[in-house]
Amino acid sequence: MTDDELIWRIAGGSGDGIDSTSQNFAKALMRSGLNVFTHRHYPSRIRGGHTYVEIRASSEEVKSRGDGYNFLVALGDSFARNPKEDAYYGEEEIKPLAENLDELREGGVIVYDSGLLDTDEIENFDERVEENGWHVYDVDLRGIAKEHGREIMRNTAGVGVTAALTGLDTSYVEDLMAEAMGGDILDANLNVLHDAYEHVQEEYDADAHDVAVPTGEHDEEQVLVSGSHGIAYGALDEGCRFISGYPMTPWTDVFTILTNLMPDVGGISEQVEDEIAAASLAVGASHAGAKAMSGSSGGGFSLMSEPLGLAEMTETPLVLVEAMRAGPSTGMPTKPEQADLEHVLYTSQGDSHRVVFAPSNPVECYEQTRKAFQLAYDYQIPVMVLYDQKLSGEHRNVPKSTFDEEPNPSLGSTLTEEELEEQPHGETGIYHRFQHEGEEGVSPRSIPGQSGGRYLATGNEHTPEGHISESPSNRVAQVDRRNEKIEAIRENLDADERQREYGETDAEYGVISWGSHSGTVEEAVERLNDDGHSVKGLSVSEMAPFPKELVAEFIESVDDVLVVEMSSTAQFHGLIQKNLGQYGEKLSSLLKYDGNPFEPAEIVEAVEGHGSGEELSSNTRFEAAAGGD
Amino acid sequence: MSAFSAIGEERDVAQDEFTPSIEPQPTWCPGCGDYGVLKALKGAMAELGKNPEEILLCTGIGCSGKLNSYFDSYGFHTIHGRSLPVARAAKLANDGVEVIAAGGDGDGYGIGGNHFIHTARENHDMTYIVFNNEVFGLTKGQTSPTSPKGHKSKTQPNGNAKTPIRPLSMSVTAGASYVARTAAVNPNQAKEIIKEAVQHDGFSHIDFLTQCPTWNKDAKQYVPYVDINDSEDYDFDVHDRRSAQEAMHETEDALYEGTVLTGRYFVDDERPSYQEEKRSRGDMPEGNLAERYFEDGDWERSYDFIDRHA
Ligand SMILES: Cc1ncc(C[n+]2csc(CCOP(=O)(O)OP(=O)(O)O)c2C)c(N)n1
Ligand code: SF4
Ligand SMILES: [Mg+2]
Repeated sequence: MTDDELIWRIAGGSGDGIDSTSQNFAKALMRSGLNVFTHRHYPSRIRGGHTYVEIRASSEEVKSRGDGYNFLVALGDSFARNPKEDAYYGEEEIKPLAENLDELREGGVIVYDSGLLDTDEIENFDERVEENGWHVYDVDLRGIAKEHGREIMRNTAGVGVTAALTGLDTSYVEDLMAEAMGGDILDANLNVLHDAYEHVQEEYDADAHDVAVPTGEHDEEQVLVSGSHGIAYGALDEGCRFISGYPMTPWTDVFTILTNLMPDVGGISEQVEDEIAAASLAVGASHAGAKAMSGSSGGGFSLMSEPLGLAEMTETPLVLVEAMRAGPSTGMPTKPEQADLEHVLYTSQGDSHRVVFAPSNPVECYEQTRKAFQLAYDYQIPVMVLYDQKLSGEHRNVPKSTFDEEPNPSLGSTLTEEELEEQPHGETGIYHRFQHEGEEGVSPRSIPGQSGGRYLATGNEHTPEGHISESPSNRVAQVDRRNEKIEAIRENLDADERQREYGETDAEYGVISWGSHSGTVEEAVERLNDDGHSVKGLSVSEMAPFPKELVAEFIESVDDVLVVEMSSTAQFHGLIQKNLGQYGEKLSSLLKYDGNPFEPAEIVEAVEGHGSGEELSSNTRFEAAAGGD
Repeated sequence: MSAFSAIGEERDVAQDEFTPSIEPQPTWCPGCGDYGVLKALKGAMAELGKNPEEILLCTGIGCSGKLNSYFDSYGFHTIHGRSLPVARAAKLANDGVEVIAAGGDGDGYGIGGNHFIHTARENHDMTYIVFNNEVFGLTKGQTSPTSPKGHKSKTQPNGNAKTPIRPLSMSVTAGASYVARTAAVNPNQAKEIIKEAVQHDGFSHIDFLTQCPTWNKDAKQYVPYVDINDSEDYDFDVHDRRSAQEAMHETEDALYEGTVLTGRYFVDDERPSYQEEKRSRGDMPEGNLAERYFEDGDWERSYDFIDRHA
């Protein structure tokens, strides 16, 4: 925890416009030279329900949400249910101020909308303020907003107050507003911003507290992107011009981003009747010669299981993305979890294979989605990008140059008509599309419409010419060849480093994680080492085929390993043991499944108390290694 | 030069070209109506001058799904009920290809019913042939969505309690712009109808009555049949939705009373196809998408759009 960071939380009701405001504020902080990281917490409701966005800003690199926060703008939930109507939900209107208030750090700042909220309704408010040394600013945000524009502009007033209290130059905010809107709306917002700013300057002493916007500088131009942008842009740069889907949180973000881009890049987007269709369309488009992608979240991905198998059997290149949320069934639609791992690895009948990437940040999302397309089209196999609600929506700054990459529209192992002439054909000209022999198990494909390329693609077992067959010798030859692709892909993957190792090289203690919270684990490892512990970490990105050797080396190099994941059944731990059974006694688990992402302190606590048997203070669970200490 | 030289190639095409060398003789039961579809399809495609390499025949699973094992062209034997989503995407991605989808009544009206409704609704420019034998053939005779009420099978031992689906009415209501019914026992009409369906710009649906002598022994062989467009007893306008719907309704009822009515029921030449609709909105490239992957040329990249994040 550094003092020179701002963790700004804006809390209100769903529908209060917090998203766009916080986006702009994060961008303003980024433009001022800081590193930023956003964390969004929202309920599965259109309007009302406590929601907040947290922005962590620092001159240092920010890889995770922090522990708690130090600046709160509580707007009040303007869409709250009337408490008299339904006592069950409690007093929703004050939740943005009351909820998680204890996570506000000592000496932190509270700005609340006195036009909507009354601190008398919050239990022991004054005592708690006193105890924690919080600084409270009651500002009639609603009043200011109404005076110059509309009530919804309370957000802008909150930003104005924040700027005045933290010393942020409002010009960054003003520029962003001018880029996003114009005319009367812009004028009204600017007036709200300035009025709120001046009001604080006149009424309060901004130096009374220690929370300030840090100052920083970037070496190169930055952009603010989420994991969803990383995936969408990776697909775009690989020449993906066909996207089919059915809305489902959180996958919808990728679907929306690509849908909006498609008309500008000569592509096609299809919102279809269900996810069976969505995946089948991607198969059809890919078969017919386009680079295609589909995706969904847990329940929708369940429906894709059969087309996924079809793609595998017909060796049709297919890229699917799966955005996990807490399950089973509808689960908690807006909450992250990593418990679809086994679902994604194993769904679909038979000895089925696929490649599964699990990026841990927006840059990895971009790079691994690109790699997903390359493998899918080179090896004619389904490749999945598995991520979650957290990574989908959290924004952070990355160098703009990350995206300054050459596009790659190659269809991989696909033949031209000229190349087809060199290939074996049957008596009447059928192309031998599924030859028993192929380099790395790959037999190149043709595309409908090509002369000399016709063949039958079928989900049944088939001969080299695509003819349905149950001949035992052909069966073995085809299965072996398809299996060979996986070995070849493993070797291909070994050429680059996609697993991230960090911390002290000769540490005694190791932490292994995967996916979206790896940055949080990394921060925890840094803190542990700063406090004199000897820890290193490994973030794994390749779920299938699994990087056995590398993970084994890591486990071998330390005395104890903690596997950190958002799942109650320790699925990732299970995956490691499935691949590396001999290390059962070394692997303990830290599990979280309450719907909220890990905070660094939770991991620090678990590592420090490893094996002590002491209860953990948060909603996490420690599971000791089988038969271990 | 096109990367797909088979598309639009002007030459005479012989019916035999569609007969594969590997399994020239289908393994359908003797007397099966599926032979009639195969024959009509070969004849229609030859007469239209479509060559095997510009056709993509997508099928579902069932006896009917074997069609593309016996028809030599590009083929995609998909999974049960999913020929339509695969086929329509292939057409969107590579729109010079002549895309035909085919499958059984269970495949298209049962498990794939949702896709049928939506593909018709969207009016994709393609042809869909449903082999309607009023039974699940491949899985040994179970009751299907078109089996008559009271139909007994091993899975409906007390007789089917459900009224059969109305394939023609459902199709026109969903939005198909060409709807016809033909029968395997009427090969000439079948061939002509397939030709019209293929030439039609939009979603063409053919409900093709295919007798299944193995599992529907007692059922009709779909003879005698009446061509309602020729018969003097029936007078309706295929371009008029309301009168078409009435004729469909009557046809569907008549089948279960022993009268086989066939012919063209609805033709809407005005309605733009889905691809036309999409293009008019700028939602689809003017040229063939698949072609672009084989051409030299610049590709857009994310960096072109990145400033919105700065
Ligand atoms: C998802 C799925 N469910 C069930 C089956 C088994 N199955 C294969 S074909 C078929 C029904 C075939 O009936 P129909 O579609 O009318 O085709 P027909 O054989 O009569 O031509 C069934 C149930 C399957 N292959 N896949
Ligand atoms: S079971 Fe029926 S539908 Fe199938 S091949 Fe035999 S006759 Fe034809
Ligand atoms: Mg049938």
